[in-house]
Amino acid sequence: MQLLSIAESINLALDHEMANNPDVVLLGQDIAKTGGVFRVTQGLYEKYGEQRVLDTPLAESMIVGLSVGMASQGLRPIAEIQFMGFIFPGFNQIATAVARMRNRTRGRITLPMVIRMPYGGGIHAPEHHSESTEALLAHLPGLKIVIPSSPSRAYGLLLAAIRDPDPVIFLEPKRIYRSQKHALGKNNEAYPIGSCFIDRVGSDITLVSWGAMLRETHQVADELAKMSIDCEVIDVATISPLDMRSIFESVAKTGRCVIVQEAARNCSVASEIAAELVEHGLRLLKAPVTRITGYDTIMPYPKMEHYYMPSVERIREAVLRVMEYQ
Amino acid sequence: MSISKLNTFSECKSVAHFNINFIQYLNEDGQLCAEAPAFCHDKILMLSLYRAIKLLHLFDLKVLNLHRAGQMGTYTGTLGQEAVGIGAASCLTDNDVFVPYYRSAPDLYWRGVKLHEILMYWGGDERGSDFADPRLINDFPIPIVIASQLLHAAGVASAIKLRQQKNRAVLTLVGDGGTSEGDFYEALNVAGAWQLPLVIIINNNRWALSEPNTRQTACQTLAQKAIAGGIEGVQVDGNDVIAMRAVTEAALAKARAGGGATLIEALTYRLCAHTTIDDATRYVASEELDQAWQREPLKRLKTWLITNEMLDAAQDANLEIECRAEVEREVEIFLNMPIQAPTAIFDFLYAELPERLLSQRDDVIKHRGS
Ligand SMILES: Cc1ncc(C[n+]2csc(CCOP(=O)(O)OP(=O)(O)O)c2C)c(N)n1
Repeated sequence: MQLLSIAESINLALDHEMANNPDVVLLGQDIAKTGGVFRVTQGLYEKYGEQRVLDTPLAESMIVGLSVGMASQGLRPIAEIQFMGFIFPGFNQIATAVARMRNRTRGRITLPMVIRMPYGGGIHAPEHHSESTEALLAHLPGLKIVIPSSPSRAYGLLLAAIRDPDPVIFLEPKRIYRSQKHALGKNNEAYPIGSCFIDRVGSDITLVSWGAMLRETHQVADELAKMSIDCEVIDVATISPLDMRSIFESVAKTGRCVIVQEAARNCSVASEIAAELVEHGLRLLKAPVTRITGYDTIMPYPKMEHYYMPSVERIREAVLRVMEYQ
Repeated sequence: MSISKLNTFSECKSVAHFNINFIQYLNEDGQLCAEAPAFCHDKILMLSLYRAIKLLHLFDLKVLNLHRAGQMGTYTGTLGQEAVGIGAASCLTDNDVFVPYYRSAPDLYWRGVKLHEILMYWGGDERGSDFADPRLINDFPIPIVIASQLLHAAGVASAIKLRQQKNRAVLTLVGDGGTSEGDFYEALNVAGAWQLPLVIIINNNRWALSEPNTRQTACQTLAQKAIAGGIEGVQVDGNDVIAMRAVTEAALAKARAGGGATLIEALTYRLCAHTTIDDATRYVASEELDQAWQREPLKRLKTWLITNEMLDAAQDANLEIECRAEVEREVEIFLNMPIQAPTAIFDFLYAELPERLLSQRDDVIKHRGS
């Protein structure tokens, strides 16, 4: 079986859906002949032509706004934004049209569309190329926000996103775009949106994360196993709507929870998970719910970004601290 | 000193020339100043245009009263601007797609949206955007965010183009203030770059809330903004329904035939306040308003219809009674519309409500009844 990276499995998922559904069209800057800045759409222009793979002018509001119009007519546009840091000119369209059209028209106009964008730091990119601002999007009702953490999940979740009747924002952790290769599961099989994945079963503590940070989280779990600390690791995968049920079930078993995210802490997804656990699960908890996050600073430029990124050390320390509670 | 004078090395070469035409058929006195387009001989059409303008005129005054009586939310009136939307929408076929802006009651009405649906929208009921007429399945709801709708219209036009649908185009509108927004330029740009079957009308009612045209732009015309997008731009007397219809018809025909997009600047005047909660006397001089009343669309069309023996005073009086009755009927439907179930605030967020929201939905039932 072929081994694929996240970038390649996204490409394969796009290819699959384009082959199976003539309504699927791709649009974005430089996505046609160039295949996008990360080459995620490589080869699709050659295969499906300029009617299906559209290089757009440089304007993010336009890319999102056009997708709204296209989706309203039953096309399934998949827009690529070059970097998540450049979604802000398109944020207006996401907040005021994408998230609201179904509600505004009482279901008459629906928007089956996907906005894909690479996000996150750790690749030594210039300013604005490294933020993790997923909480800004997760705050908006009407959207689904999906973040895969592995090639097979990128493939299966993107298939689901494209087939979803509602708009899905698909955030691609670019730090691990090509760092691992997996054999994919069954061809054409979508993974459910809105469900966590239990990556590792354990009984002492629940580690919750998503996207690229699962790499460090798993590393800590592996290390601590040698010290007989048995970590359960959850990949949230869909940050909106959150699957709190799976997280509660795990914490009911372990009584402890550390949430690891790359994004800044203030008003973040980690904060939301922690608040839910405390509000509805206080009796399950043996120790304070703890967040290991990026700092509440502007994402530093490449020379200092490693100070910002949650490290294995910070996560390990947090887990050991939480384990001290009896 | 102009920049061109800086070039002392060679004779300055002019690389591009542009011209913006102004189109008018019916002048302020209700007299033709150009040869009438063929549709002017269609008495049924001309009377229905007149009826719709009159109806919306009466509707506007009625909504103001409803608002004063506390029975209506904030409404964006169209007094004096009725001919823009009516003239334009009268060129659409069922095959076309209409993308309104928030001051589009006349166009929506012509399109088939009922007055009570418009009242519902502005009265605070989302069901006003779920147009009952099945022909309107593809038409967009009213957007509040200025100029955002132009990109949706461009997206619909892109879908038409990608699917190679013949004889289909998109019509959308924006206010003069909206032409300062980025989305306006982005829409013009892509409409030109992709040769989209799109017609954009600027409802230039001279005011963007309290901001006059002179503060909005240094451009002589708003139509010339089309030039930057590489599409055709034209200025029209927006109080002249004949011109509005003639120009929109030509632009839509061009779009349907694959000839690309057009920007139409309709020159009109806002005879009402920006909304029912605005007081325009704070920024509009009364002499300016008095003069604008001389140019409004209803009177000049009536003069023309009477001159051409398509209408007489008795018929006009009958028409008015009929229009008032329709407005009253629609207001009654609006006032008697039962409110939505409280759970409706959840029901249309997603195709399927995420489990996480079920307890919030239960909570609204518990506290507000089902
Ligand atoms: C993006 C955005 N900014 C501000 C507003 C508030 N607002 C509503 S209407 C309006 C004036 C717009 O004037 P214009 O575009 O000329 O249209 P008109 O109302 O005159 O038809 C403003 C500022 C808004 N709706 N959307």
